[in-house]
Amino acid sequence: MENKVKRNLPDNLMSEMGLKPFETVDIGNPEVNRVAPKVRVTTGADKVVNSLEEVIKRTVQDGMTISFHHHFRNGDFAFNKVMDLIIKLGYKNLTLAPSSLTGIMNDKVIEAIKKGVITDITSSGMRGSLGDFISHGGLKKPVIFRSHGNRARSIEEGEIKIDVAFLGVPNADPAGNANGQEGDAIFGSLGYALIDAQYANKVVLLTDNIVDYPNTPASIKQTQVDYVVKVDQIGDADKIGSGATRFTKDPKELKIAQMVNQVIVNSPYYKEGFSFQTGSGGAALAVTRYLRQSMINDGITASFALGGITKPTTDLLDEGLVKKVMDVQDFDKGAAASMAKNKDQQEIDASWYADPHNKGAVVNNLDIAILSALQIDTDFNVNVMTGSDGVIRGAIGGHQDAASAKMTIITAPLVRGRNATVVPAVETVVTPGDSIDVLVTERGIAINPKRPDLLAAFSKVTNLNIIDIKELQKMAEQQVGSPKALEYTDNTVALIQYRDGSIIDTIKQVKE
Amino acid sequence: MTYVKNRLRRTMMFVPGNNPSMIKDAGIYGADSIMLDLEDAVSLTEKDAARMLVYNAIKTVDFGGAEIVVRINGQDTPFYDEDVKAMVRAGVDVIRLPKTESAAMIQKLVKDMEVAEEEYGVEKGSIGVMAAIESAKGVLNAPEIATATPLMMGLAVSGEDYTADMHTRRYPDGRELEFARNMVLQAARAADVYAFDTVFSNMNDPEGFYRETNYIYELGYDGKSLVNPRQIEMVNKVFNPTKDEIENAIAVQSAIREAKAKGSGVISMNGKMVDKPVVEKANRVIETAKASSLIDEEGNYIGK
Repeated sequence: MENKVKRNLPDNLMSEMGLKPFETVDIGNPEVNRVAPKVRVTTGADKVVNSLEEVIKRTVQDGMTISFHHHFRNGDFAFNKVMDLIIKLGYKNLTLAPSSLTGIMNDKVIEAIKKGVITDITSSGMRGSLGDFISHGGLKKPVIFRSHGNRARSIEEGEIKIDVAFLGVPNADPAGNANGQEGDAIFGSLGYALIDAQYANKVVLLTDNIVDYPNTPASIKQTQVDYVVKVDQIGDADKIGSGATRFTKDPKELKIAQMVNQVIVNSPYYKEGFSFQTGSGGAALAVTRYLRQSMINDGITASFALGGITKPTTDLLDEGLVKKVMDVQDFDKGAAASMAKNKDQQEIDASWYADPHNKGAVVNNLDIAILSALQIDTDFNVNVMTGSDGVIRGAIGGHQDAASAKMTIITAPLVRGRNATVVPAVETVVTPGDSIDVLVTERGIAINPKRPDLLAAFSKVTNLNIIDIKELQKMAEQQVGSPKALEYTDNTVALIQYRDGSIIDTIKQVKE
Repeated sequence: MTYVKNRLRRTMMFVPGNNPSMIKDAGIYGADSIMLDLEDAVSLTEKDAARMLVYNAIKTVDFGGAEIVVRINGQDTPFYDEDVKAMVRAGVDVIRLPKTESAAMIQKLVKDMEVAEEEYGVEKGSIGVMAAIESAKGVLNAPEIATATPLMMGLAVSGEDYTADMHTRRYPDGRELEFARNMVLQAARAADVYAFDTVFSNMNDPEGFYRETNYIYELGYDGKSLVNPRQIEMVNKVFNPTKDEIENAIAVQSAIREAKAKGSGVISMNGKMVDKPVVEKANRVIETAKASSLIDEEGNYIGK
């Protein structure tokens, strides 16, 4: 069957798994049911356990779904500690359902798949050796990729039923009250893990830092936690994120950032009390710098900044240019450390951030989102998942979710190396073009024809080089030519869900 | 591409001729001129590859309407002849000769270009030349160099080589370049060609960059050589006319229109006669304002 973004979906798999094809970005007003976790009642006196192996034996059984968060990113020690034991203990047929998979987890996941320990995966994304392994058919069942908001929705609605959540934290008291803000390996917001803590049947905290009761602020609460396991070291602070994020000096990124800022300040949304989300890439950080100067010059302040947060954004909070930071994740030490000091840096969970089946999520209140792309096509569909070789090397993250903003801006260079970024059709559709409004490349700015209002507003600005996206695509093709189509087998190695759980695209196994 | 004698040339951005990714993107930054370098930026082992790369880039890359200048290797090198031929064949806008010390060197270049133009069927005189003045001798001969050929586009001071030749080095206050800067500028103005100041390469000293750019702007230079695209905006900021200057220029132009409509040979504004230098200055101001999007198509001031 073909879905609304013209992607051919494998019929047998769709019916086997009871999946629906993607229809529309309009979520509507469906009535949904949420699930509740199973609770083993305790007074809490027996929670602290010194043996991780003991806890695993008590909680995990073959065929279960286990989860982790990725707030430690490449400084994560929790995942490999747990998985080493799970592999050693010979478990089989587990479903791995982390908020995302980072590079440091790759080898362990591959080992667990090869040994039959892991047979199902759902994640926001994957990169490196694991992406390569999956794209070459390493896992029998297709991986399901979900955005952060969609993961929250799937957990809340029981599509992902977490049996045991293993959550690393830089501190916890003996009862399980914990946060991400104090200790040796802090990461700030626990946003993604809060959903696991709330919905998993069993919640196991791992920490190298057991503190006095009661530990506050309690992002994860004692009411949610079954076990607190003391480990020697939970994470490597230096690999969680760099200390002070450095601004790019790449003139092309700066040029694109300047153009993005021009788009923002000339848009109808740029007024007192506006809101925005930027990513963590070089251009996105530079946008923050240019936007800061514009806000100072124009005497405009933002009501909130959303998303994955970096120090440049918390600096805006300190300067009073942004009133609140709505923080689901912190990308650097500066932003992570700032959370403990600033009451206006609000920790939000993934559901509050972006769950589409909600009574309103913060992304629904967002004016401007600045997002990146590996590829974008002439229908404005965006790929952030597969590379020019068709291999998995990305993550949905909050991409589909933040694209709910009133104005979603994609920033991308026209070409990367010898590959066009603006293409006739993306290799993998992740975020549908209907939710994308503006594309900024170094060669010009394209407006989605579905937004004549923006086109009219920007056409009045003489120094914005507005150009049809088809023209940009031609320019890119002129620079690098048109590549031979990639070759895949019929084997589906991954499914890309849209926010509502419908299937927007699939990823096929690459031909050897 | 064809050489145009008079155009806006505030910024001349240097791009190494052996760097495909920088060449490919050179056109996106709004430089008035892009100087693709076959000389100092390219090591001896890469001279041929760079020449081929630059040749093909001129033929295929979209430089966003910038003027394309190529700095070829000097006449005392074995690369000079091939450089001239390849750049003529590519149809570059301007060829820049390094280490120019005499009118004869420019005349030799023009002659070699003519031979190549003949050979490749390129229109004669369709490519301009410019001279880099990099030595004491070059500075003293600047007047004859500037007038060596009608194809002369301009003169550029090259501070590094010049200060070495003068047994000094560059200092923050630029006094060691004072004579050369003034001499080259005088020669350029007297010959009615463009004058370009030398590069400022410390990207971590924006204050010093602005100080130097303001200084050469006040002297009367047309533009500055740049090593980094980030300097383009900074130069334009210095060279951009003020709101008052733009409004005055708009008034001068409408006075001209009025005089023409009346068939009057004398142009007057606010009771004063407007003479040729005033008209020329007004035209320069409007041209710069348009290039920097400070006025809209109807000529209204829209800067901030």
